[in-house]
Amino acid sequence: MKRFIGFIRKEFYHIFRDTRSLFILFGMPIAQVMLFGFAITNEINNVDIAVFDKSKDATTQEIINKIASSKYFSNKQFITNEAEIESVFKKGKIKAVLVFEKDFSQKLIKESVADVQIITDATDPNTANTVNNYISSILQKYGQEINKDIKTPYKIIPESRMVYNPELKSVFMFVPGVMTVILMLVSAMMTSISITREKEMGTMEILLVSPIKPFQVIIGKVFPYIFLSIINAVVIILLSIFIFKMPIEGSLFLLGFESILFIINALSLGILISTMSSTQQTAMMISLMGLMLPVILLSGFIFPIASMPMPLQVISHIIPAKWFIIILKAIMLKGVGLSYIWKETLIILGMTIFYITLSVKKYKIRLE
Amino acid sequence: MSISLQHISKSFKDVTAVKDISFEVKEGELFGLIGPDGAGKTTIFRILTTLLLADEGTATVANFDVLENYKDIRDNVGYMPGRFSLYQDLTVEENLTFFATIFGTTIEENYDLIKDIYIQIEPFKNRRAGDLSGGMKQKLALSCALIHKPKVLFLDEPTTGVDPVSRKEFWEMLKRLQQKGITILVSTPYMDEAALCDRIALIQDGKILQIDAPKEIVKHYPKSIYNVSANNMYKLIESLNEYQHSYSVYPFGEFIHYTDKRTNFNPEDLRKYLEDKGLKNIIIEPTEATIEDTFMELAK
Repeated sequence: MKRFIGFIRKEFYHIFRDTRSLFILFGMPIAQVMLFGFAITNEINNVDIAVFDKSKDATTQEIINKIASSKYFSNKQFITNEAEIESVFKKGKIKAVLVFEKDFSQKLIKESVADVQIITDATDPNTANTVNNYISSILQKYGQEINKDIKTPYKIIPESRMVYNPELKSVFMFVPGVMTVILMLVSAMMTSISITREKEMGTMEILLVSPIKPFQVIIGKVFPYIFLSIINAVVIILLSIFIFKMPIEGSLFLLGFESILFIINALSLGILISTMSSTQQTAMMISLMGLMLPVILLSGFIFPIASMPMPLQVISHIIPAKWFIIILKAIMLKGVGLSYIWKETLIILGMTIFYITLSVKKYKIRLE
Repeated sequence: MSISLQHISKSFKDVTAVKDISFEVKEGELFGLIGPDGAGKTTIFRILTTLLLADEGTATVANFDVLENYKDIRDNVGYMPGRFSLYQDLTVEENLTFFATIFGTTIEENYDLIKDIYIQIEPFKNRRAGDLSGGMKQKLALSCALIHKPKVLFLDEPTTGVDPVSRKEFWEMLKRLQQKGITILVSTPYMDEAALCDRIALIQDGKILQIDAPKEIVKHYPKSIYNVSANNMYKLIESLNEYQHSYSVYPFGEFIHYTDKRTNFNPEDLRKYLEDKGLKNIIIEPTEATIEDTFMELAK
C-alpha cells in the first residue's frame, strides 16, 4: 500500500509540474462549454428578410408587421421586381424573401385563398429550414385569427407542446454533449499519454525491474485522473446551472454516479490505447482521431442518430459516449431514476470491464 | 554463482543480437562487459534483468531463473539502464524517495550504502533531475539503483557521456560497493575502464571473444608491440601503413602502436625506413600490450 501511495504522489508531481497540460485540462472544459453555450446555436434571432409585395394592401401590411415585429425577423428592404430577388440573395445578408401575389386582399375575400411565397437561402440548410418553419407558423396563426368567427365544419387543429425543453434552447442539448466529449478526451488522452511517457522516457524499464506490480502501475496512473475528471465534471455542471440556467431535474447523486462510471470507462479506454502505442505521439493521435471524431459525430451529440444511415447507426452502438449522452439527457432534462436508464448503465459498465480485461491481457510485463 | 548464462541467443527480426553466450559471475565480483556499440551488451543486460526473453539458453541471477522466477529477480537486483531513465521533472530527493518507496524501503534505512555517492549530489537535492549535469545524473541513477540494497547490480554503460574526473570517481565508488558484497555487472565501451574490473568479457557482434582477468587477457597478446612517434603524426601513420612488413598500426594517445609481421623484427630497419620518408624526431620503443590492442587483435 505504501508503494501505491508513493506512486500516486509521484503522479501528482507530474501533473502539477506540467503547467501546460494542466491548463488544457482545466481550460478546455470551460472554453468549450462557453463556446457551445453562447456561440454555437441552432436558434434563429433577427434574421434579415426582404418583402416583394405586389399587392400593397391592408392585409399584406398587417402580415408584414406581424413578421417584422417578432424577435426572429427584421424586415430590411422592400423589393419592387422579380429580378431583385436573386440579387439580394447574392449579397448574402437577406436569408428569406416573402412574395405576396397581386390583389392579395381581394382574392382572400372573394376566393378565400391567396398565395404568399417564401423563398429561402438554403446555402445553410438548417437556417433555411428553421426560417421557413417560423414564417409558416406566423402565417398559419394569422390565418386562424381571421377565421375566428367563421365556423368551418371539419377542421383538425394540431396543438403541439414541447416537453423537457419547451423553449428549445440548444444549450440544453450541448451541455450533455460537451460534458461527454470533454470527459472522454481528457480522461482517455491524459492517461494514455502519461503511461506512454514512461515507456518513451525509459522509466518503464526501471519500473518493470522493480517489485511494483503491473496493476499497481495502472491503477496508480488512473487514480489522479479520476479526481481531476470529477472536478471537470463538477465545473461543467456548475457552469451549465448558473450561466445557462440548465435544470437538473433528476438526482444529483445519480448524476454523479453515472459520471464517475463514464470517467472510469474513458480511463480504461486510455489504458487500452497506451498498451497499443509506444510513443506519446501515437497515443495522442489515436485518442484524438479515434475518439474525438466518433464521440462528436456518432454519439448523437450534434447529429441525431435516428436519421443516420443504417451502418452508422450500428457503429454508434459501440460508442460509449452515445449511451452516456442518453443517460445525461434523461437525468438532467427528464429527471428519471435509475430504473429508466439501467440498460444504458449496464452497457457502459460492460464496456469498461471489457476494456480493462483487454488491457490487463495486453499489458507487457517485459519490453517486447 | 551470482550470475550465470548458458548458451544464450537472441535475435530481433533478422538481426542476431547475441549468439550462444555463456559466462558466469562469482558472488561479489566486479565483472565487465567490454565491447563497441552494437556488440550486444544491452541485450545481455535486458535478458538478465528479465526485460527480454532469450530465444535459446538459460540464465540465472542470484540463483533465480530469469524465466520462472522473474519476480524474485526484480525484487533483488538494481538496474541502471544505459539511457538516463529517471523522472526529469522530479527533484533529486523526490526521485530517490520514489524509488525507495516502490522497493519498500526508505532513504534512511540504507543511507550508509549510498552515502558516499549521495553526499556529492545532496547540495542539489531540490534541483530537478533533468537540470543536472551528466556526471550528477549518473550518480543519482546509481543511488536510485542502490537504494534497496540489491544483491546484484546491473550497470549498462554508466560512464558514457561523463567527464574523465567523474568517470574515475564513479569507478572508485563501484570498488567500494563491491567491498560491501554486491555483485556488479558493468558494461563499457572504454577499454581503460576494463582494467579496473576483476574479470572482463570482450564482446563483438554478439559473440564473446575472450573472458579473463584484464592482466591475463593482455598476456595472450601474441606479438611484441612498439610505441612509435615522430614529428608528423599523419605522415607517420601513412608511412607505417605503407611499410611492407607492417602487421597492425593503431593510434594510441601520443603514440602509434605498431606490430610487425616478422618474428625477427629489428626496430632500426623501421627507423631507417621512416627517416627515408623524411620524418624527424623518431622514437621507437617496446611497450606492453593493452586491452585495446588485445581487443583489436581478437576482433580482426
